[in-house]
Amino acid sequence: MSSLSLSLPRPARRAAFGQIVLNEARLTRRQPAGLIGGIVLPMVLLVIFDAMPSFRQPTADLGGLTPLDVYVPILIVLSLGLLTLFGLPMPLTTYRELGVLRRLSTTPVPPWWLLAAQGVVQLCVALTGIVILLVMSITFYGVLVPKSPGALMLSIALTAAALFPMGLLIASVAKTANGASVIGRLVLFPMIFFAGLWWPRELMPGVLQAVGNFTPLGAAVEAMQDSMQGQFPPAAPLLVLAAYAVVFGFLAKRFFRWE
Amino acid sequence: MGASQSTAGLRPDVRAAIGTREPGQVASRPAVKVAHLRKTYGELVAVDDVSFSVAEGEIFGILGPNGAGKTTTVECAIGLRSPDSGTIRLLGLDPHADRDRLHEVIGVQLQAGALPAKLRVGEILHMYRSFYPDPADVGELTEALGLAGKLKDYYKSLSGGQRQRLSVALALIGRPKIAVLDEMTTGLDPQARRDAWALIEGIRASGVTIVLVTHYMEEAERLCDRVALIDGGRIVALDTPASLAARARGGTTVRFVPSAPFDDRLLTGLPEVTGVEREGQHVAVTGTGELVNAVILALHVAGVTARDVQLDSSNLEDAFAKLTGNHPDQEGAAR
Repeated sequence: MSSLSLSLPRPARRAAFGQIVLNEARLTRRQPAGLIGGIVLPMVLLVIFDAMPSFRQPTADLGGLTPLDVYVPILIVLSLGLLTLFGLPMPLTTYRELGVLRRLSTTPVPPWWLLAAQGVVQLCVALTGIVILLVMSITFYGVLVPKSPGALMLSIALTAAALFPMGLLIASVAKTANGASVIGRLVLFPMIFFAGLWWPRELMPGVLQAVGNFTPLGAAVEAMQDSMQGQFPPAAPLLVLAAYAVVFGFLAKRFFRWE
Repeated sequence: MGASQSTAGLRPDVRAAIGTREPGQVASRPAVKVAHLRKTYGELVAVDDVSFSVAEGEIFGILGPNGAGKTTTVECAIGLRSPDSGTIRLLGLDPHADRDRLHEVIGVQLQAGALPAKLRVGEILHMYRSFYPDPADVGELTEALGLAGKLKDYYKSLSGGQRQRLSVALALIGRPKIAVLDEMTTGLDPQARRDAWALIEGIRASGVTIVLVTHYMEEAERLCDRVALIDGGRIVALDTPASLAARARGGTTVRFVPSAPFDDRLLTGLPEVTGVEREGQHVAVTGTGELVNAVILALHVAGVTARDVQLDSSNLEDAFAKLTGNHPDQEGAAR
């Protein structure tokens, strides 16, 4: 039984994780709903918004910014929201339905690697979408260049950290992939309202705006808009995002079901 | 375990490994050892005091009706579930404490496990291959399993039999010492089932110990060196298929299609006959002694001819019905 002491050395473990990521990436390409929601949809919205003349006029209500300036962070948040609240839970729920997670837990590879691989793939899609969005909006549409790129990156990272465990929680609550998509919609649409997709936060009544600042996507947009305008984001929205990340991270860890 | 074990009819090496085993004797350490396993889900006792051991190189069957506790037993053994009590060792490893090392030397094909529709067979195999320290060659394995031409096909385009074979391939890709196959032929057509049986015999020939969970008597009878019959969470018998069938012997069933209608009393009155049942156009007569002669003669006298006559001697299925219908081993333990 000398071979019992064999164990995958570290480079082989990395290669194994790489194989899982590779297959997840293939699935994302072959079932491109995630790519459409995370990259194409925000791009299309940007083009449509730009085609509306009023969107390019600086507005006093928006503190001298154009609506397009305001909408770029909202579209970033939309991309992140779609990827974490749909793109993540749907395949995970499918894997649980298919028994993929169970099968994986009979191999030397722990099933959470599949979660991590999903996270890596969704994050890559999100970053691609965000970079395309920023480059397009700045070079073609004259949207202001983020004045504090570091703060913007931190805001994006914390937004992802808050949304990722929410996606896992949706995958835990939902019994089927269809259920996950329904729950994802129920969670995303009210939240994206507070992010200002339909009604910019700056124009909302004070009460709505104050409530919105305590929702994950409202806080995310607030943090990103502030970073774009060069403020190192006020602690408030980042703290709200961090709190969501901790609380939902705990809940996801507590309630995630492998089968 | 209450059921008696007989070692007659075993392969000599299997008999050597299990028949003369002394506690703690390392040289003939069994591949699988389960002792007093118990698992409950709330009020439901899924597995109750199950003990068995499997010799290296043996094909061991776990047989029982749906819900008998077969899958729970196996899931505890491979570390997917924690038993309430009892000890389990696979190749000397504890499924929980040595989980990582254990999973490198066992291959598991779980019941009803599917894979992502849009992955290709080769992509799936290469991914699972990368999980193991000393994996099998994808080309050789797919050749042996008849999947060689399918490497570029999407999982969703595979037939049921091909999916099942891929599932088995994933269980074997790490070159396991023990393969656990749970209901691997469920849902397969008869030809695919026979192919799967040949496959299992081939796997065993390569030195792998096989634990086969099934509710098909025919499958257990054909493949297994020994069978544990599980019912209501307990092992009701553990023996070779032949010995189990012999235990149930003592009755014969004659099936035929009568050429004309007749009254059952024509046969129930015969001393050899213990029961008459109608199964569609067939009549099944059970009894003892010179049953066939007595039945044919009585029918002949009444002007009826028996066509399509079939004679069933007892098999594992009868043993199963007999052993699970009447549990001599459970009476003493009933609470």
